[in-house]
Amino acid sequence: MSTIPNTPTHDIFDNTYVGRLASWIADWGKLVIDSLVAFGAFSLFNLRTLRWMTTRLPRSETIWPNFYRVGVSSLPVIALTGTFIGMVLAVQSYFQFRQIGLETRLGAVINMTLVRELGPVLAATMLAGRVGSAMAAELGTMRVTEQIDALAAMGANPIHYLVVPRFLACLFLIPTLTVMADFMGVAGGHFYGVTWLEIDIHHYWSNSIQAVTNFDLMVGLIKSVFFGAAIAMVSCYQGFNCDAGAEGVGRASTNSFVQSFVMILLLDLTLGIILDNFYFMFYPDGASFF
Amino acid sequence: MMIEQLLDEQQQPLVEIKDVSVAFENQNILQDVNLKIPAGETLVLLGESGCGKTVLMKTIIGLVQPTSGAVSFDGQNINELNDQDLSYLRLRFGFVFQNAALFDSMTIGQNVAFPLRQHGRFNSNQIRDMVIARLSEVGLPDSVVHKKPAELSGGMRKRVGLARALVMNPELIMYDEPTTGLDPIMSDVINELIIRTRRRNPVTSIVVTHDMNTARKVADRLVMLMPLNRLSPGESQIIFDGTPAELDSTRDRRVRQFVNGEAGERLMELRGRNPVEPTETSYNF
Repeated sequence: MSTIPNTPTHDIFDNTYVGRLASWIADWGKLVIDSLVAFGAFSLFNLRTLRWMTTRLPRSETIWPNFYRVGVSSLPVIALTGTFIGMVLAVQSYFQFRQIGLETRLGAVINMTLVRELGPVLAATMLAGRVGSAMAAELGTMRVTEQIDALAAMGANPIHYLVVPRFLACLFLIPTLTVMADFMGVAGGHFYGVTWLEIDIHHYWSNSIQAVTNFDLMVGLIKSVFFGAAIAMVSCYQGFNCDAGAEGVGRASTNSFVQSFVMILLLDLTLGIILDNFYFMFYPDGASFF
Repeated sequence: MMIEQLLDEQQQPLVEIKDVSVAFENQNILQDVNLKIPAGETLVLLGESGCGKTVLMKTIIGLVQPTSGAVSFDGQNINELNDQDLSYLRLRFGFVFQNAALFDSMTIGQNVAFPLRQHGRFNSNQIRDMVIARLSEVGLPDSVVHKKPAELSGGMRKRVGLARALVMNPELIMYDEPTTGLDPIMSDVINELIIRTRRRNPVTSIVVTHDMNTARKVADRLVMLMPLNRLSPGESQIIFDGTPAELDSTRDRRVRQFVNGEAGERLMELRGRNPVEPTETSYNF
């Protein structure tokens, strides 16, 4: 692999205007090259994971513990988050809607927001925080203590053994967690709106059923699959490329959450636009997808 | 002609390192290193910290990719193998890591059994028997099988690492500083295990160490590497290649200083260094 000289540019260029301009250009050039190298390395990591996933499935003893950690262990925190977000949405929206006499539309707004946006995004954010950071820290520690090298030295491919099971767990279980977040959010909104604020239950739900379609639910679930894949790949990549020492592991864990979160936001926007265009391309009059 | 060919084949080294250079980021670690290791030999790699001994060993097993040059094992260029073929080839290697590198999420038994399960040719009873036999060979009782690595002492962890490396009967076994951090008695136990392993199996061994007792005791041949920044222009990075007897009679001052543990010019360098003038950018602790 070719190497990029790491000499500080202020050591090369003199302190004239031309020198400073050249230094500024060199700094930006280095930043661009470093970013491209990092992007290339991440893409290769993803391709190798996909190749190993299609070559042969990992052993069950590596799959089930990861499915348990990602799915079962994340359920309580995701259920709790979903419940409170549903209730908070009801609290924030109620007074606005009551002023214009539309409090019975509260269910439509809460449930639509939860199913299309907040359910998938919050489930993914919780997963990135709870599972993604832990994955990066665990794999980072394995890197620092040479356990990943030991795996490779014993004829096991580290990507096949460590990354593929984690990727599959995130990919398959995040839709389930999203459904749980949606359900608990809807339940939370119902509890605060109908039980506490005494909004008419019939209108609350009939407005919800009119507003929220199966397509909305599908949009949320499709997004969640992409979120899960992004969280797994970013976290595993950070762990595999962890710097030495406790500081390196800590940085890998933090970077994994921050980068996963940015990816979730970018994917949310991009997929939102693509899926809406897809919907209006086939149903220009806005008819129901199902 | 036939006899010559047969002799050539017999003399073909098990490991051949040809013009290997390795660089990390912008730092060159190895530069044009050439080395041939015949089957059955125990080679000890010596050299001060940071000279690239471990990197060279990891390059042999394909854990580090050389920036130029090639490493051949049994006639195969390992840098040209794909992931799957390389994984398969690595079953013929054993690697004892400096800090054992045991999987801390697994028990000792699972650690030693790992290569056997990975290979997938043995049933549970065979695996259990082989694990217990290997642990017994390195002097560990059956009772450690259910313990986690964190429950063992450093010496015991190293012995488990050795048992794990030996469990597949490798053709080439590499030891990365096997005695570092151990007391003198445990160091000698590890040395004896290295010698006994070679006696029991026709194995080729590469041992990276700073410990001259280990080096003299286990080596058939010693090679000393020098850090690149301490070499004269054009000088080979391997500054010594010979038997333990030749090591004792070498005239190279740098080798003698290393063997005898003399700081030599390094001490002069420290004495001669001017203290750093305190400035605004001095280090703050």
